Amino acid sequence: MSEGHSTYTPKTGLGRWFDARMPLPRLVYDSFIAYPVPRNLNYAWTFGGILSIMLVAQILTGIVLAMHYAADTHLAFGSVEKIMRDVNSGWLLRYLHSNGASFFFIAVYVHIFRGLYYGSYKAPRELLWILGCIIYLLMMATGFMGYVLPWGQMSFWGATVITGFFTAIPLVGTWIQELLLGGFAVDNPTLNRFFALHYLLPFMIAGVVVLHVWALHVTGQNNPTGIEVKSKTDTVAFTPYATIKDALGMIVFLLVFAYFVFYMPNYLGHPDNYTVANPLKTPAHIVPEWYFLPFYAILRAITFNIGPINSKLGGVLAMFGAIAVLFVVPWLDTSKVRSAVYRPWYKLFFWIFAANAIFLGWLGSRPAEGSYVVMAQIATLYYFAFFLVIMPLLGLIETPRRLPNSITEAVLEKNKGAGGGHPAGATASPETRG
Amino acid sequence: MSATDIEDPNRRDFLYIATGMAGVVGAGAVAWPFIDQMRPDASTLALSTVEVDVSSLTPGMSLTAKWRGKPVFIRNRTADEIEAAKAVKLDELKDPLARNANLASDAPANDLDRTAGEGKENWLVMVGVCTHLGCIPLGQQGDFGGWFCPCHGSHYDTAGRVRKGPAPENMAVPVFEFVSDTKIRIG
Repeated sequence: MSEGHSTYTPKTGLGRWFDARMPLPRLVYDSFIAYPVPRNLNYAWTFGGILSIMLVAQILTGIVLAMHYAADTHLAFGSVEKIMRDVNSGWLLRYLHSNGASFFFIAVYVHIFRGLYYGSYKAPRELLWILGCIIYLLMMATGFMGYVLPWGQMSFWGATVITGFFTAIPLVGTWIQELLLGGFAVDNPTLNRFFALHYLLPFMIAGVVVLHVWALHVTGQNNPTGIEVKSKTDTVAFTPYATIKDALGMIVFLLVFAYFVFYMPNYLGHPDNYTVANPLKTPAHIVPEWYFLPFYAILRAITFNIGPINSKLGGVLAMFGAIAVLFVVPWLDTSKVRSAVYRPWYKLFFWIFAANAIFLGWLGSRPAEGSYVVMAQIATLYYFAFFLVIMPLLGLIETPRRLPNSITEAVLEKNKGAGGGHPAGATASPETRG
Repeated sequence: MSATDIEDPNRRDFLYIATGMAGVVGAGAVAWPFIDQMRPDASTLALSTVEVDVSSLTPGMSLTAKWRGKPVFIRNRTADEIEAAKAVKLDELKDPLARNANLASDAPANDLDRTAGEGKENWLVMVGVCTHLGCIPLGQQGDFGGWFCPCHGSHYDTAGRVRKGPAPENMAVPVFEFVSDTKIRIG
């Protein structure tokens, strides 16, 4: 894809002058205008662009919020309330930022599940996938530290529980926890460093995003058929086709985002976080932000000792393992066929996995008692079995459906039954419209 | 005779390794202050001792003191609570160690070793932090009449020993002593 050489020709004298010295316009032209994209990309592929917009939005709102925020345990809670009541448009900026975090995660989950469904992680896109996993990890760290800053009850106790994970590590655990906290408990040093890191990490995310996009432009995009681009008829130009499609996806996504910001800004938050942090009183139910709930359920599902590993270390290992397993997915999936469209059994297990992930999230929001624990244990078992058993085995025993010879053939075949100019065909392939 | 005829390891190898090692040590020396500054600072460490007046606690009453940013439960236990804790056999315990900083680390978790000792068995002093992930357990609740952690459902008995749930250890007894009959110094 990218090996096709540049078609950029500067039209003005200034353009030629620039091109000979620092060909930035050429890079932009080749990456976002002439860049060939598979002609059959569906709306699941618009989430990469949506994520870029969300990152920019979070950085912008975050920087202005930092101008009004005080990272001190005596001032933090009050300064956030001041942003809400006194600072001009402060309420809007804060609601954009707090809901923006949630919508960033909604987009990243769609993006990850898209990758899992269409096998976007398979050779030659392993590094692309791993870079994505690193971005996801950085996002989780950023989201967690950001949630601590308002210094509410959930901020404090969330930080206590999450830094408590490290005490499960034998021998050096407590030392590491004290290093993270800067004390024996979550306190002013913790708040200060979390603020500094919360400001830093988004820029690290931006750096890894550059690598992610670079890797993407080397291998080219995957597509719903999972078949590599073979000829020029398999692709369309990034602009206008992908640009317009991405723009529509973004607008619809931002509409839903705006609905939350303006009509239900606290729906995704927790009322306990409007109570100032109290180190001597734990809220009745500590729950993390919704986007961590599936992992929280996995953490709490391990209530038993496994050999020399006690239940606490076991829970922490299972939780981190649930994320770590994503990094090796390219080597766990043994099937040569990428897309679930042509893998009837994988498709079934994938949708069970998706439902199971949501179920785990719901369990994470329930108290850890009675039948919830048993259900969480079963769901955790499926989570790991999907990656460690189903993925490697299915590739060996599943009979995939016949693959089309090319993207073009798949598109034409799909449009044959639909009739010329049918909207369904138009969404799958912009070229067939009208 | 060319340089390649010199026998290995030669002077060049030594210089490369020595330079490389100096570089590694230098990088470590530069990195250390950046890591070291994250550890608890002098003002945090200075708060390591508190004295608490317990004269107002009659049997069945508790108070919570703040030590190193963490709550310390001080409870004057009732006779029933002491009996209940004494009746528990050691092999029923999830964590058989006393976790008492005033005693040897292998002291068993019998009721006496969890408390202020002979003659002061009614006094239970412990860091009120669940040994699972650091929440604060609620007093006089749970299946064993001791403490119950609402976060992940750990149950502790009337001697602060974990009996059920994900917590791996009994609640920690900090270094403390009675400086007078009514005053406890923690830390």
